[in-house]
Amino acid sequence: MLRTFRIGGIHPPESKLSSGKKISLLDIPEQVIIPLAQHIGAPAQAVVKKGDVVKTGTLIGKAGGFVSANIHSSVSGKVTKIDNTLDASGYKRPAVFIDVEGDEWKESIDRNGKLIKECNLSSKEIINKIAEAGIAGMGGATFPTQVKLMPPPGNKAELLIINAAECEPYLTSDHSLMMEKGEEIIIGISILMKAIDTKRAVIGIEHNKPDAITHFNNLVKGYANVEVMPLKSRYPQGGEKQLIDAVVRRQVRSGALPISVGAVVQNVGTAFAVYEAVQKNKPLIERVVTVTGKSLSNPSNLLVRIGTPVRNLIDAAGGLPEHAGKIIGGGPMMGKALISADVPVTKGSSGILILSCEEAIRRPMYDCIRCAKCVNVCPMGLNPTLLMDATDFKDWELAEKNYIVDCIECGSCSYTCPANRVLLDYIRLGKGKVMGIIRARKS
Amino acid sequence: MENKLIISPSPHIHGGDSIQKNMYGVLIALIPAMLVSFYYFGLGALIVIAVSITSCVMIEYLIGKFLLKKEPTIRDGSAILTGILLAFNLPSNLPVWIVIIGAFAAIGIGKMAFGGLGKNIFNPALVGRVFLLISFPAQMTTWPVPEPMSMHYTDGQTGATVLSLLNEGVSKLPSYTDMLLGNMGGSLGEVGAIALLLGLVYLLARKIITWHIPVAIIGTVAIFTGIMYGVNPYSYANPLVHLLSGGLLLGAVFMATDYTTSPMSKTGMLVYGVGIGVLTTMIRLFGSYPEGVSFAVLIMNAFTPLINNYIKPKHFGGK
Amino acid sequence: MILAAIISLGGIGITGAVLLYVASRKFEVYEDPRIAQVQDVLPAANCGGCGYPGCSGFATACVNADSLDNLLCPVGGVEVMSKVSTILGKEVGKADPMIAVVRCNGTCEARPHTNQYGGAQNCAIASSLYGGETGCSYGCFGYGDCVTSCLFGAIHINSETLLPEVIDDKCTACGTCVKACPKSIIELRKKGPKSRRIYVGCANQDKGGVARKACNHACIGCSKCEKECQFEAITIANSLAYIDPMKCRLCRKCAPVCPTNSIIETNFPPRKEKVTEDSTNKQETN
Repeated sequence: MLRTFRIGGIHPPESKLSSGKKISLLDIPEQVIIPLAQHIGAPAQAVVKKGDVVKTGTLIGKAGGFVSANIHSSVSGKVTKIDNTLDASGYKRPAVFIDVEGDEWKESIDRNGKLIKECNLSSKEIINKIAEAGIAGMGGATFPTQVKLMPPPGNKAELLIINAAECEPYLTSDHSLMMEKGEEIIIGISILMKAIDTKRAVIGIEHNKPDAITHFNNLVKGYANVEVMPLKSRYPQGGEKQLIDAVVRRQVRSGALPISVGAVVQNVGTAFAVYEAVQKNKPLIERVVTVTGKSLSNPSNLLVRIGTPVRNLIDAAGGLPEHAGKIIGGGPMMGKALISADVPVTKGSSGILILSCEEAIRRPMYDCIRCAKCVNVCPMGLNPTLLMDATDFKDWELAEKNYIVDCIECGSCSYTCPANRVLLDYIRLGKGKVMGIIRARKS
Repeated sequence: MENKLIISPSPHIHGGDSIQKNMYGVLIALIPAMLVSFYYFGLGALIVIAVSITSCVMIEYLIGKFLLKKEPTIRDGSAILTGILLAFNLPSNLPVWIVIIGAFAAIGIGKMAFGGLGKNIFNPALVGRVFLLISFPAQMTTWPVPEPMSMHYTDGQTGATVLSLLNEGVSKLPSYTDMLLGNMGGSLGEVGAIALLLGLVYLLARKIITWHIPVAIIGTVAIFTGIMYGVNPYSYANPLVHLLSGGLLLGAVFMATDYTTSPMSKTGMLVYGVGIGVLTTMIRLFGSYPEGVSFAVLIMNAFTPLINNYIKPKHFGGK
Repeated sequence: MILAAIISLGGIGITGAVLLYVASRKFEVYEDPRIAQVQDVLPAANCGGCGYPGCSGFATACVNADSLDNLLCPVGGVEVMSKVSTILGKEVGKADPMIAVVRCNGTCEARPHTNQYGGAQNCAIASSLYGGETGCSYGCFGYGDCVTSCLFGAIHINSETLLPEVIDDKCTACGTCVKACPKSIIELRKKGPKSRRIYVGCANQDKGGVARKACNHACIGCSKCEKECQFEAITIANSLAYIDPMKCRLCRKCAPVCPTNSIIETNFPPRKEKVTEDSTNKQETN
């Protein structure tokens, strides 16, 4: 019996169209737009100015706080301006615009493909290197990695869990990375274990990727403390709390951090980025992005420089179809619909999904019939329809009492609702309001 | 500029479930029991079901159009479902005009008065049935004797149901085979145990309902009547008779599991089911009515908001 | 028999009466009778526009306050407040009547759609995730959070422009819509004599070119109006002009100079100067 998390969950059609496709290299664009806020937390502060000449890997934005991340140039060329650009939401955010000239890398970066297994750095040095490289959670949540590796005093990490579930439909970027960069990932994992000083690591892989499970079972033979755990395919397995529940059968309490049950969760893509940062001195300047969709002629997994316009990726995958209704940054369940194809790829872009108009339009909403299907699928054990009503009536007290802040915004409720109710739309709003109220109360 | 891109919050895909699918799924699950009723009650069953469905749909349409003045909701299938369930709770020799009154009570009072699907407190079909039971006690408790492919309607031979036989202390009951197949007196949809269980299996397989409510009701009734039977096997019937007779299976599978009027959390569903089971048994064994499922379901419907308020779904990380 | 019934029922009645009397005495809460009197003259809309929770809260505040200077029932206005002042014998502060104005004029023609929003039809939800369907991330969504929030039916969405419109006679300036609007487009302003007002119908803080590209009616911060105004009522901040209602004398000189027609005048008679200008032009051409 394969393990999975114990409350709720759904199993949407997997639609992994780009599964098994090799990672191909995308050409460097003529201009990149690198936003200074690609992570959760404070935006980075620009350290270059108009006219500066940068190399690939040059620091262009310095972390703007404790929870923040460095930003590096992903190309070599000249900074044309530091100005606001439209982010995926249509709001303006500061970004560095660089015109590409050649591809000259910073000298300190080791571009030799040779595998380096040894790592003799101390925990502190490793974390510093990760912070230098500006790594932020590659699964899409983009939480600065170094912060996660420094547990609050009094907590000790016993177990490192590597999230290789990739439970979102369509996405295959982690899968393809695992098939091609398996050894690097394992070294990355052992570096992460050293950083948090833990003796055990578990790689959680959903069993819809049997080739990755076999591949990793072979790879971990040389590493006594790393094990592979196949998991039953179930969305949202990649949620941090869900993955911990699936792997160690312990549930993180409401409001608590994973470290409270002794676990640290990192994405498999993050493990690879850690390997490159620590062993090769390479900052996070490129990532694997799945470009997919039923109407695309050539769904692919691309290795893309951060800051490349999404349009270039779509062109490489066969071009934007005429009846494209929606461009989604990320997967169909939690991804964000982009306002245009001109927004740049960021650190958290795990995929670009094109939906046709028919797929993209929501069906009309009816009154709630109280079927409780949303209650049954909620992985956090909440009552979505109650929370939606509480938000609609602005009854924040009721919402808080029913744990609205625990919502992980996985979308299982809206996905399931037979009356097509937009449960998550409302709950997300209510969650934000209630979190604001709680913060105000604390201060 | 290409065509306008759609922006909307996540999730961007939908599972494809709909109200219609659920309602028509229940209708499909009711087909075996309907066939049984056609077989044993013949023409009468056909007329009562047809009249009930037509009048329920018409009344919902008229109320929706002229009183509530909103989009007609009859296409979601819930009115058809209420019509069938109401008919299933009526004897097959009931005159047409009484059926229409029942349909009016079910849809008008039981459902639309509260605002329509999803807002009613009580199961509409049961509101209709209990309304008729109180208003027309004689007609509602005269049961036609089953007769394969009968062509009689109101002129058929009448007899007693298993439970009224029990209530009167008569010990001559139909055989278990007859009970399982439906060859006994009773409301037209409640007689065929096997057919109803087939419906339950279908509902569970399609994931239209979960097992909690039916299992809780059936289990509670079995245990409760089992204890009474153990205490005094002469004055109380054996649990199997209770399970197979009257509206218990119909109630447990189709009436109590109505989405709108049952609790939302799984623990809540169990409490609700146990409540129905206990009340049903109490009414059957100690009350003056031979049958108690309708009343038990309606009483527990009234408790549903309370159950929802106090019994929350199991919260992640909470104990 | 009858006697027994009378005695027993009468006894129950008397016991109940005694119990109720004792309870009412024992658990009595003293409330200033003037609170009820004040509450009677209030409009009982419970809109919260005064800043207190409902009319009873406002009545209590009026009774407890030393002066009524900072207390105003926006719904009842001066009329109700003078009644309150006679009840309480306190001086009433003088306040100009206010009204809500919508600071966006981005009609469908003026502000072309670049995207199509398909989420919940609720401004708060839409704005928490997106800047809007148009290039302007400051402008009105048109999903009507203000309409649902209004207790007086004073706001509705114009089906042609898809912008909210305030009905002067119904608006009580309670300010609920101001709080409801996630874009902070709605502002409470002086109602003005004969409901005449002049205000900038734009909230876009982008630089001129960007704003203009997104919307034909956007304020581009060109400061022409600022120069035109003789009363220093107009200030420009973040590429957006603002007309101070306290300084504005309604001279109407600013509106014609605005290159994007983003200054809105309400309830004024049609411009005479324009007609004469046109006629003079005609004469010149003649």
